[in-house]
Amino acid sequence: MAAKKLHLDVITPFEKVFSGEIDAIMAPGHEGYFGVLPGHAPMMMQLSIGEMKLKVDNKDYLYATSGGFAEILPDKITILAEAAESADKIDIERATRARERAEQRLARKSEDIDLDRARMALARALNRLKVASRR
Amino acid sequence: MATLRDIKRRITSVKKTQQITKAMKMVAAAKLRKAQERINQTRPYAESLGDVLARVAANVDSDLNPYLKKPETVESVCLVVITSDRGLCGSFNTNIIRTARQEADRLRAEGKTVKIVAVGRKGYEYFHRRDFDVVAKYINIFRDLNYEHAKEIARLVVRAYLEGEYDQVNLIFTAAVSAIKADLHNMVYLPLSAGHSDEQQHDTDYLFEPEPEVLLRELCPKNLNIQMWRALLDSYAAEESARMVAMESATDNAQEMIDGLTLHYNKVRQAAITTEISEIVGGAEALK
Repeated sequence: MAAKKLHLDVITPFEKVFSGEIDAIMAPGHEGYFGVLPGHAPMMMQLSIGEMKLKVDNKDYLYATSGGFAEILPDKITILAEAAESADKIDIERATRARERAEQRLARKSEDIDLDRARMALARALNRLKVASRR
Repeated sequence: MATLRDIKRRITSVKKTQQITKAMKMVAAAKLRKAQERINQTRPYAESLGDVLARVAANVDSDLNPYLKKPETVESVCLVVITSDRGLCGSFNTNIIRTARQEADRLRAEGKTVKIVAVGRKGYEYFHRRDFDVVAKYINIFRDLNYEHAKEIARLVVRAYLEGEYDQVNLIFTAAVSAIKADLHNMVYLPLSAGHSDEQQHDTDYLFEPEPEVLLRELCPKNLNIQMWRALLDSYAAEESARMVAMESATDNAQEMIDGLTLHYNKVRQAAITTEISEIVGGAEALK
């Protein structure tokens, strides 16, 4: 049987980050990393912050994603994320600054800041840096 | 009577104004193009997210979801009015403010409390000076509009809604249909309407992870963010398009004025020459 492919679209509010045929995908699911091969059962999933790995012709492509949703169909998968960047496009400086900002905010622990938001920002920055370091 | 030099001075001044309006028109056209590009980039995400929401919502009792649940009675309504920060854009702000005002008056006549969230300086200035409760204002965001602004506004409004401060939230904004046509929208923002997946033939049985109720609670805020973002972008595009049209007609009017003044200038000049000649002729006659 010829190798089946999966059509993947990675869409953010600003652009289509990826659109094309892939062999497999690994993504950070709500309850841990999961992999999808062609022919998967239809599924709706929530994604968390993490790295996303696409396999195309035996090559891996890394992406950093900051959560979102995936709609999985047997031949098609659509990922909707508020942010997704390919590993080589991550702005390390910006991520480092974001990390420092978030750390400072958490350290101050003043009443008027939203702790959840600062924590999320920190997690996003750390994730970007981690993915960038593996490229 | 205006002397030749006065008229000439006026022509020069109108010409200078015309140069400015022409430049503003071109700037607005460039900004409009950029804004439309951004709107187009948002579309795939917004539409797919709307689809996903509709499909998940179909599997859930919407009364259990705080975003979708319709309140039993509507007593307090929040109007998010999106105007521009700057003027010189024709009737753009007047129209949006009039619509918002009518809506507010109508709601008040029904005995409901109305709160205003003003996005854009013009709307804020109008409602703030009148007898309205402006609970929040967002000014100068259009200069450097980004997604964070939309999230910020959405978070504020959504939190107040979930805490029960409002029973309904409407977005009142303008959307450019084409470069010259704009529509006013008065959209119910909250409670969120899930819409329904129109592709009923596509009734696949999905697995959900986490369960649909939880998934839906995550989906709703994202959907609200993107709706707010689209409203801001739409309004910005409509503003620039209104400005472009206004500046174009200002440029045309200036041209008309220059033509009229030039004609007048020539007439006055001719009259002056005629007077001079007849004076000379008269003088020569008198010497005979």
